[in-house]
Amino acid sequence: MNPTWYLILAAVLFIIGAVGVLVRRNAIVVFMCVELMLNAANLTLVTFSRINGTLDGQIMAFFVMVVAAAEVVVGLAILMSIFRTRRSASVDDANLLKY
Amino acid sequence: MNTSSFPWLIVLTVLPLVGALAVACLPPAAEALAKRLTLAWTLLVLVVTAAIALGFDVNAKRFQYVTSYPWISQFGIRFGFGVDGIALVMIVLIAVLMPVVILASWHDGRTGTRSVKTFFALMLALESTMIGTFVSTDTFLFYVFFEVMLVPMYFLIGSFGGARRQYAAVKFFLYSLVGGLFMLASVIGLYVVSSNAGHPSFAFSDLAKLNIDPGVQKWLFLGFFIAFAIKAPLFPFHTWLPDAGAAAPIGAAVLLVGVMDKVGTFGFLRYCLPLFPDASAWFAPVVVVLAVIGIIYGALLAMGQTDMRRLVAYTSIAHFGFIALGIFAFTTQGGTGAVLYMVNHGLSTGALFLVVGFLIYRRGSSNIADFGGAAKVVPWIAGVFFISGLSSLALPGTNSFVSEFLVLLGSWANQPVATVIATAGMILAALYILLMYQRTMQGKLNPDLPEMNDLSRREAVVIAPMIVLILALGFFPKPVIDVIDPAVKATMQDAGKSDPVPTANSGGRK
Amino acid sequence: MLAAQPLAVEYTAASGALSTAWLLIALPALGAVVLLLLGRRADKWGHLLGCATVGISFVLGLWYFFTLRGLGNRSVSLDLYTLIISGNFKVNAGLLYDPLSAVFVLLITGVGFLIHVYSVGYMKDDPGRRRFFAYLNLFVAAMLLLVLGNSFLGLYFGWEGVGLASYLLIAFWYYKPEAATAAKKAFIMNRVGDVGLALAIFILFATLGSVSYQDVFSGVGRMSTTTVTAVTLLLLLGACGKSGQFPLQAWLPDAMEGPTPVSALIHAATMVTAGVYLIARANPLYNASHTGQLVVCSIGAITLLIGCIIGCAKDDIKRILAYSTVSQIGYMFLAVGLGGGAYAAGILHLLTHGFFKAGLFLGAGSVMHGMKDQVNIRRFGGLAKYMPITAATFGIGYLAIIGIPPLSGFFSKDPIIEHAFDRPGWTGWLFGGIALVGAGLTAFYMTRLMVLTFFGKPRWTEDIKHPHESPPSMTVAMIVLAVGSVAAGGLLAFHNALANWLNPVFGGATEQTPAEVAHKIPALAVTALVLVFVLAGVALAVVIFREGTAPQEQPARSVLVRAARANLYADAFNEAVFMRPGQWLARALVYVDNRGIDGLVNGLAAAVGGGSARLRRLQTGFVRSYALTMLGGAFLVVAALLVVRLG
Repeated sequence: MNPTWYLILAAVLFIIGAVGVLVRRNAIVVFMCVELMLNAANLTLVTFSRINGTLDGQIMAFFVMVVAAAEVVVGLAILMSIFRTRRSASVDDANLLKY
Repeated sequence: MNTSSFPWLIVLTVLPLVGALAVACLPPAAEALAKRLTLAWTLLVLVVTAAIALGFDVNAKRFQYVTSYPWISQFGIRFGFGVDGIALVMIVLIAVLMPVVILASWHDGRTGTRSVKTFFALMLALESTMIGTFVSTDTFLFYVFFEVMLVPMYFLIGSFGGARRQYAAVKFFLYSLVGGLFMLASVIGLYVVSSNAGHPSFAFSDLAKLNIDPGVQKWLFLGFFIAFAIKAPLFPFHTWLPDAGAAAPIGAAVLLVGVMDKVGTFGFLRYCLPLFPDASAWFAPVVVVLAVIGIIYGALLAMGQTDMRRLVAYTSIAHFGFIALGIFAFTTQGGTGAVLYMVNHGLSTGALFLVVGFLIYRRGSSNIADFGGAAKVVPWIAGVFFISGLSSLALPGTNSFVSEFLVLLGSWANQPVATVIATAGMILAALYILLMYQRTMQGKLNPDLPEMNDLSRREAVVIAPMIVLILALGFFPKPVIDVIDPAVKATMQDAGKSDPVPTANSGGRK
Repeated sequence: MLAAQPLAVEYTAASGALSTAWLLIALPALGAVVLLLLGRRADKWGHLLGCATVGISFVLGLWYFFTLRGLGNRSVSLDLYTLIISGNFKVNAGLLYDPLSAVFVLLITGVGFLIHVYSVGYMKDDPGRRRFFAYLNLFVAAMLLLVLGNSFLGLYFGWEGVGLASYLLIAFWYYKPEAATAAKKAFIMNRVGDVGLALAIFILFATLGSVSYQDVFSGVGRMSTTTVTAVTLLLLLGACGKSGQFPLQAWLPDAMEGPTPVSALIHAATMVTAGVYLIARANPLYNASHTGQLVVCSIGAITLLIGCIIGCAKDDIKRILAYSTVSQIGYMFLAVGLGGGAYAAGILHLLTHGFFKAGLFLGAGSVMHGMKDQVNIRRFGGLAKYMPITAATFGIGYLAIIGIPPLSGFFSKDPIIEHAFDRPGWTGWLFGGIALVGAGLTAFYMTRLMVLTFFGKPRWTEDIKHPHESPPSMTVAMIVLAVGSVAAGGLLAFHNALANWLNPVFGGATEQTPAEVAHKIPALAVTALVLVFVLAGVALAVVIFREGTAPQEQPARSVLVRAARANLYADAFNEAVFMRPGQWLARALVYVDNRGIDGLVNGLAAAVGGGSARLRRLQTGFVRSYALTMLGGAFLVVAALLVVRLG
């Protein structure tokens, strides 16, 4: 099967994720969209690894997974504490850090 | 002594810094100890400086006590130290002024927002950086000291100063920093030029041998010039000085105007002239015009001031005009006079600031109108005030006369018009000093004056050495001139200038 | 009139007694330092020390004088140490003791000593007497340095030194605002002159490479005429400042705010004649510049008229004497400007003037002492009865100054007028005529002063009952000076004694006796003419003021009187042209500096601050707009990469 399709799939996933980050207000959904983008990047890396016949891309993908896992831990914790104090999960409500 | 390889200059530079750390480590409550330790330490530095000065051989080669250690070898940056006559008189000036200033600032640390020991630690740190600036012979190291010097002074003004201290401190810092950045660009430019010439280096002795393309010279010159013109300060880069001079605690003001600003004029002589001879000649008319404007403008503004400290600061702008004129007249007499002026101005303006400080301490105000007829109650203060003032207006018999005379004498041949105008500045100098003296000391006694004690013993010890030096150098300036003259001659040679021959002897007719 | 060849200037090195000549200066200087440093501890004996140092200096001066007489070459130079050496500029701190400076040393220390003695009594009740003597000593030291220096720089040291002493002494009663202002005015106007002197020194160095008398005077021949003229004019500016000559005369009358001994010593006998000394000293330069000499003469002539005219209109006894000083120094300037044999005449007048004018001032001080510091001559009258000694000595000084033979003023003023007439061309007639008229006017205003003060009916203020004679310590000095006023002129002019003595300094120009010179008008005729003018002036004054005068100033009837009372508008001119525009300029510049230059800097800071305040608005706090910005940025980066790769 032509590996290009994987790349196209990854691009589609990435765009869905990006649009989701931009248009959705719910922090959980934004969060999931970020994960979607990360995974799209992972898919690309693995695909290129396959195309080039080297392991570099796969190693990078592992790194991304680890980073994503760490990010989930920190991110969800922040989300939880924001929700507890402000009773809202909307990213537009968390706008204290401005001019 | 100076043939030995012992790094005297590094010791001298680091010594005050060690003292600063020691003072900073004292408990905050030990104020008296901090003061005494600082005073003792500055005296120790004075002794070391005196030893260095005694070991300096006037007739030997220009740079002495030369030491150089690698620092960032990838770029050829070195810890390069060495003194010539010009730098030597400046470090002696620093070493002499420091104990005087410390003793004069005995009660000054208490009014600040930080602890007393911080004040004295900062003073020592300032001494270290100032000495470093004058003794470094590596351009990059010079730049580093040039900038680091700002830090203790910033805190001294910002934490211990008068009413508008924050404004003044920030203004001072930004001004100097902007100039410093221009200089950094030129320093790097010099490095690039030296790399292209096949021998990458920051060392002054290497850079002075370069033959830089005149077009490039102009740009590099400008970078240095702007930094030094701000530091000196020349018209129109001067407006930070009155603010800083008026806001700084008196001791810091003495060091600021008396020593730190001299880095600017020192830089003209050490870096601008020898490194960029063509550009210096090309820009000389501009600099001379700025200098002459500064002389007249500073004097007129001094007359218009109502605050003694601002007045003294403006007189310094006029004096720096004289120094710049002497340097850019490209004669031995002009250059020697300028360097001597740097020393003398440190003494005379220093003394003037100190006496003004005595008055402010008593009256709680530096406003001229708050005094009047004070000579009746404080005759001794009036006396030292008057002598310091005479030195500032360059009366023969006081130190400043010799330097002002040499500057003007040296400038006449190459810059007659500027010299005439500058000489007329002598009249204005007499005016602003005598006006200030008349308004504060003479006339009817101001009934609002509080009970004022005359000179205390501590203050007498502070001002006496200044007065003695003012008079001694007024009648016997030769020892200092002998140290300065060879270095200035070498500078003029580097800059490719020779003294004009007396016209009657050359057969030329006017 | 150009000197055909430069003067051969040979100074021998000092040896023996003369190698201690520096003591002359050191003693009074030491006195000043001791008196100032010891403070109140020296109050009890300070005046004695002050007198002693000057007295010893006078004795030393006599000793040196007689030593010098015994020498073959009477120009002795003494180099003390190297003052400055930089590049090809070298100047020694050194002294030149020659006939001219010897005469000045005797005048300064002699008259100085008398006035010191007089001051002991005059300042007896003043709490600052010690300080007064310290300043007087400082003055004597500086003045001696001025006349003894062997280079123009040495002279300059003394020049500004006496300016400083003059400042300190005028402002001695510093708590009087007028005194402080007068002192400042004197210093500043002197500084204007000093600028000229300084510039002359710069030109001399640039032209000849040296500023010592020896090098300069032997190098005159190598200088171009233009340069010499420039130097002479600049030196003249310096001389005008110090000697109160037109256009810098306005400070001298104000200087009378100082104590009277100061007016006598500094502002009559010695310091103000320094300008004459300078021109006489620089005679090789002036001889080489026709223009320079003409200008000196003109300044002298103008000033002597100004002094006489204003002197006629003043009521303050000290100011009349001050303007009389201005005018008499005008005579001296005229003389030294004429050159040749007139140099000696100028110096002779300077010496006799030193005696009689100091005597007159001390007499005025004595009158004020007895009249509770009253200075208005309209409030005097009939004092001869109460102050016989003062009246007698003052009268002798009066006769001397108006030039009645055989008193000293006659011997000194008359030759000047003769020489003025001898000047070739129409300028001779002009200068001679002015000097003649001046002599008449001098007689008029001095007679007015004499008559109104000592004769006629008393017009005293009510608080004065019994004016008294001054104590002996004061009268002694007056008597000695009166003797000098009688005898000095005749003695010094006898067989041309002074002229012959000064001959080496003026390069042989003063050797001829007046009789040998071919006169335009016979000498006797001039003398007769002068006496006619003088007697006319005296007679006119006696007729007008015989009956006394109104105790208050009367409204001026003519423009001339009004102008003379306003000092011929010199002060008004200075104020309108220099002072007020200067003050305005200073104020305007303060505004420009604060608003303009500093405003520009602060404006720049404000602009940066304002700009960043605007930019801050971009930080909205909405995460999604940040995300959009990031996306946009990513697109830009990718686009840039594509363009670079594909383009």
